[in-house]
Amino acid sequence: MDSGSSSVRLDPYTFKTRCIIASCKRALRGLRLVWAFAALAAACQLAVAQPAPAAPSAPPARFFVVLDAAHGGSDAGGHLGGNQLEKSFTLALSVRLRSLLGARGIQVVTTRDADVAVEPNRRAEIANHAQAQACLSLHATESGLGVHLFTSSLAPATTVRFAAWKTAQAGWVTRSLALAGVMNSALEHAGMRVTLGRTSLPAIDSMTCPVVAVEIAPEMGPDKKAAVGLDDPDYQARVATALAAALVEWRAEARQP
Amino acid sequence: MIPRHQKFLFGILLLASVGMGVLLWQLRERAHQRMIAGQDSAPTSAPEVAQAEEATLMVANDSDGSLRTQSFSLPLPADPGSRARAVLAKLMDLYAAPDSTHPVPGGGGSVLQVFLLPAPVSGGSASASGQSAATPASEQSQPPTGPQLAVVNLAGNFAANHPSGIATETLTVLSICGTLHANLPRVTQVRFLVDGKERDTLAGHADLTRTYLTNDDVPQEGVHP
Repeated sequence: MDSGSSSVRLDPYTFKTRCIIASCKRALRGLRLVWAFAALAAACQLAVAQPAPAAPSAPPARFFVVLDAAHGGSDAGGHLGGNQLEKSFTLALSVRLRSLLGARGIQVVTTRDADVAVEPNRRAEIANHAQAQACLSLHATESGLGVHLFTSSLAPATTVRFAAWKTAQAGWVTRSLALAGVMNSALEHAGMRVTLGRTSLPAIDSMTCPVVAVEIAPEMGPDKKAAVGLDDPDYQARVATALAAALVEWRAEARQP
Repeated sequence: MIPRHQKFLFGILLLASVGMGVLLWQLRERAHQRMIAGQDSAPTSAPEVAQAEEATLMVANDSDGSLRTQSFSLPLPADPGSRARAVLAKLMDLYAAPDSTHPVPGGGGSVLQVFLLPAPVSGGSASASGQSAATPASEQSQPPTGPQLAVVNLAGNFAANHPSGIATETLTVLSICGTLHANLPRVTQVRFLVDGKERDTLAGHADLTRTYLTNDDVPQEGVHP
């Protein structure tokens, strides 16, 4: 009887104990989950609080180039020789350059692939979203001779996480000048006259990548006057090839430790 | 036999014809005299309202993308605003000349006005945000020796006919800024209007919404010089 009565008394106790132990286990599991979430949140916060990386000094894992064919749509740009419009010239050069860069294993993002108007801010958005290692803004003119390379006239500044939109390029000006130097060498190596300058263009001033505005003018002849017009296919091909060579060189420099 | 009244009518018409011929001759002579008199009274040299002074122009050259200093002797008015306009008019005349190194049509009439205002203290950063060039009332009491902001109002035709291109537009803007600073050293900032209104670019490239700094000081970080 005793044993029977004792077994009757013990059963509910055992059941209660088991319930408590199970509850404790669940609570511990929940706590672990909470701690895990807290740890994850802390890690994320630490990552966010890290200072923005300085202008890319480490070799990037991937190499993207943004080609920005200026003008387009209702914005025809300048009128070039042979009834050609600047918007058509820049688009054709962008297509040709993309093909050359693709053949050299360089991935390209373009701001426009057709005759459409793209706002300067939208161009900068595309370039910034691509996180490219080089951006080229392509232009053409009948004034002057050779190829004009322009970088932003903003004074160099340290890179910050939240840069002002209109002066975002300030943190990248040093790299942009370096890119212009590489392009200058490649174009001069191809026998072209190059003019370097600084200017203020709304699109490039908002880009957070090394950016150079490339303006193609008629080629200079031996008499220091325009000898070859912009409509010359051979001249266009030589300019595109030289620009592609410059970007290959830039990629090699970017990958050096 | 000719009737008498017809002879009378013929005579009257003949007399009227002769009279009109004489009158016409006299009118012609009078017009000729007036023309000669007008030629005599025309000035043979431009009236000089002020003494000729040395003016320094920063002249752009498209072939090498440079700005070169050239000096000219010009009659310059005493009023700084008119003086600035006169110097820029000479610069634009050079660009409109047939043998120009930086061909831009328009000539001296391309600069409608130049307004000189006390320069805002934080001109560079304000310009980057595209704010208006209006001067706060508190800054009107600045001493007359302080830095100045020049607001150059260009003609719409000048902007419409300006050659399109980064290089040529930038050279035009920088040569205007450099010329203003060379002749009016107090001008340290320049803004542009076209027909009295703000305009995004000169001819599709050079930014006209910002303030250009003309002094040689090192600009602050992230600011256009």
